Amino acid sequence: MSTGFVSVAYVLASVLFILSLGGLSHQESARRGNFFGIAGIIIAVGATIAGVNMGIGSTSTIILALVIGAVIGLFLANKVEMTQMPQLVALLHSFVGLAAVLVGFAGHLDPLIKTAGAEHTIKMVEIFLGIFIGAITFTGSLIACGKLQGVVSSSALTLPGRHAMNLLALGLVVVLGSWFISTDSLMPLIIMTIVASVLGIHLILAIGGADMPVVVSMLNSYSGWAAASIGFMLGNDLLIVTGALVGSSGAILSYIMCRAMNRSFVSVILGGFGQTSGSSSAGSADGDLVALETSTEEVCEELLSAKSVIIVPGYGMAVAQAQNAVGEITKILRDKGISVRFGIHPVAGRLPGHMNVLLAEAKVPYDIVLEMDELNDDFPDTDVVLVIGANDTVNPAAMDDPDSPIAGMPVLEVWKSGQVVILKRGMASGYAGVENPLFFKDNSRMLFGDAKESVDKLLGILRDG
Amino acid sequence: MMKLGIPKEIFPNEKRVAATPASVLKLIKLGYEVIVESSAGKSAHYEDKDFIDAGASISEKTEDLWAQADFILKVRAPMINPDTGTHEAKLMKKDAFIVSYIWPAENSELLDDLASKGTTVFAIDSLPRISRAQKMDALSAMANISGYRAVIEAASCFGRFFTGQVTAAGKVPPAKIMVIGAGVAGLAAVGTANSMGAIVRAFDTRLEVKEQVESMGAQFLELDFSDEESGGGGGYAKQMSDEFIAAEMALFAEQAKEVDIIITTALIPGRPAPKLITAAMVESMKSGSVIVDLASERGGNCELTEPGKVVEKHGVTLIGHTDLPSRMAKVSSDLYSSNLVHLLSDLTPEKNGSPNVDMDDVVIRGVTVVKDKKITWPPPKVEVSAAPSPKPSEETKEVLVKKPTFLDRWLGKGALLALTLAVLLGVGGYAPESFLSHFTVFVLSCFIGYQVVWNVTASLHTPLMSVTNAISGIIVIGAILHLVAAEDGTVGIMSFIAVLIATINIAGGFKVTHRMLNMFRK
Repeated sequence: MSTGFVSVAYVLASVLFILSLGGLSHQESARRGNFFGIAGIIIAVGATIAGVNMGIGSTSTIILALVIGAVIGLFLANKVEMTQMPQLVALLHSFVGLAAVLVGFAGHLDPLIKTAGAEHTIKMVEIFLGIFIGAITFTGSLIACGKLQGVVSSSALTLPGRHAMNLLALGLVVVLGSWFISTDSLMPLIIMTIVASVLGIHLILAIGGADMPVVVSMLNSYSGWAAASIGFMLGNDLLIVTGALVGSSGAILSYIMCRAMNRSFVSVILGGFGQTSGSSSAGSADGDLVALETSTEEVCEELLSAKSVIIVPGYGMAVAQAQNAVGEITKILRDKGISVRFGIHPVAGRLPGHMNVLLAEAKVPYDIVLEMDELNDDFPDTDVVLVIGANDTVNPAAMDDPDSPIAGMPVLEVWKSGQVVILKRGMASGYAGVENPLFFKDNSRMLFGDAKESVDKLLGILRDG
Repeated sequence: MMKLGIPKEIFPNEKRVAATPASVLKLIKLGYEVIVESSAGKSAHYEDKDFIDAGASISEKTEDLWAQADFILKVRAPMINPDTGTHEAKLMKKDAFIVSYIWPAENSELLDDLASKGTTVFAIDSLPRISRAQKMDALSAMANISGYRAVIEAASCFGRFFTGQVTAAGKVPPAKIMVIGAGVAGLAAVGTANSMGAIVRAFDTRLEVKEQVESMGAQFLELDFSDEESGGGGGYAKQMSDEFIAAEMALFAEQAKEVDIIITTALIPGRPAPKLITAAMVESMKSGSVIVDLASERGGNCELTEPGKVVEKHGVTLIGHTDLPSRMAKVSSDLYSSNLVHLLSDLTPEKNGSPNVDMDDVVIRGVTVVKDKKITWPPPKVEVSAAPSPKPSEETKEVLVKKPTFLDRWLGKGALLALTLAVLLGVGGYAPESFLSHFTVFVLSCFIGYQVVWNVTASLHTPLMSVTNAISGIIVIGAILHLVAAEDGTVGIMSFIAVLIATINIAGGFKVTHRMLNMFRK
């Protein structure tokens, strides 16, 4: 096949990828969008294979690699639980990172296009950058995956002088870069890969569990930039387009997540949040405050006598795997004519949109799952709010207390409703280490216990009567 | 372990009881033993059997109960039993505890009596009005009931519907109701009357309650008068100036001619109830109108009401009941008993059945009127947290949020713009043609990505991540090209692995996205 056809196929694939992302703007067009993406990649890979002249041997090798990869990928995707989605996404990011590193090295050792002069220097920079970003993405994503899976401790690791260490590593990379460009040798590239890998590990280790939505979307972005650098190296526009799409998508997600926490991207990346400011005394003004406890039976009665209910889920619901019971409760209440809606804070969970996926899995219709901005004004007209495993995202201190570490973070104003029931294990503070004055409000009731058990009990009572 | 005693109330027509089976359960959890006088809950429709089921024991004789109990829980203040002639305080053990309404300002004799016996007295009516104490605030709980009941009593004496109706037989106008005093009782009356369909107006000297009145569905009557500070501290009203009162009376006189029902709830702490409705106003009302005077126990807001009685004067029914909460004995017992449970749980933080009177706690300090044979009433003034008049936090906020000046903003943006231009110029001047064409594609793609991704709905952010994950597997193309061209083994193996893992990404990413999207249902 001529290069012209390959180029046209690539243009077609690029358009399909853009349409694929565009399809995600609404649930109804989303599935079509996914098929566009699949079509795009099949066209691109097919055209690539058809476009290069090769023997039977290499064709079968390629097909072998493709088949093995596809089988593993499909197996992983079929097996994964929806609560494990963040881990899977992080793991897949690491694959893109590793692939970028490998292709980068291959490109250096066995360049497809011979270059000289300025073009050659630019290509060296591209290789260097591609491998650098790829290596950080690879190890960083593995650590993120480990943290999400619970293999690595999810609390932030704060080594003394960690900022200096990171800066030192970056300086070293720059030095190695100039060495690489001036000598064209393999050694600085290998050292840089090691340094970048360690940097990736350290960067992500320093970031705590609840900042994971930012981290995962940041790594998403990195994996895109890595692909784009490889595209530059190969002079392949399709890779550049795709990399840029993925890179900007991840960057936007990171931005949305940061804005939802009222924190700058830099402060999240530097890590260590929630460790230093743990002793802040929000709500100490009124001395010994009392949180009032309630029982499942009482909550049940309140739910049944309510006209409108809003459920605010958080990471705790995912950890306890309570989403299916929550979905059933929603169904029972809706069948009784009670309006039930869900209020989702942008950073609830460990992945952007995590709660939406879990609720979708629990067969909660997506049109009653609303974003914070869509229903924050409705709380005063709401009879009962159930807070399941959320804490910082419903903390009134973010609005009332200018000294609070989370001051200015937009939160769900659940306390304005008639009654708030908080399902929680104990009185421990949330990720930000801030005391939550919500628990001491007059209209707040605590339902202590594991979220899953409490919700199951509620469901049991609701079913019986 | 202390024994709590729940005597039967002896005040005439008092139907409430200080504990219910539900509250007994909670009291026992606090470590107390509970003794209930036989038939103490009968008039509130709680049988002895229910109390026994909840874990209490029953004492048949009044004297036995008082002699056994270390801690008496009551509604009305201790008084002389009209049947036996003995004062309840006389029956009490030495050094015991008691909680009930006391009204310490009017009952100094009772306080002296109790102090001499070493009794620790908690006056539920002296609770400080701070938000932490709201769960124990019996005055508010009872006022709420009174307000509701006042409307019900008025309705039963009123010869018309509250709501306007158009029937086949003709049109019926809605009732017009004026509520004077928008405290807890007044607001409850406003809400009840409004929900029954009446047109409700409310008046209060405290302008700050206007919003609350309107939120309950009533019109707030305002005086055409220069604003006078009227909050008397603690959320109560205070005595007003003569000019103000004259303007107020003129308003009432005008309203009296128009409305069908007047409910008055005006009280000033430590004074007799202000006379707001004169005999002339009553006379000016339409025949068949009703006045409910919630202040009748303290002299009444209306000149013609007779405390405890229903009388008809000038064709207007004047209701002066002083036992409105007791007329709804079940709910008032429920609420009062749970007020007491909250108080006792604050008194026994260790749940060991023995009260710890911590005089450093403002709530306990306020409610304790006799301790260690000394009268500790009135308590030192408490800062009221409900309505701090000036808000200092606003000021601090303003200092904190330093607005970026015009210059700051433009400096920041200008610097960014200059940097971008410099980079572009550098790239343009130095880079070769082939690079620039790719660079163009790259920049344009970033913009397309930016535009497209902002349109993605937040609920699909996870599918967005997995789909971008899948398409970033496009790096497989680079790997394939290298694998084909590979001359030495290392590059071949590296490329092979790269193809393999990139394909995992593609297949896994698309498959998992598909799975997720299939779950999203309307």
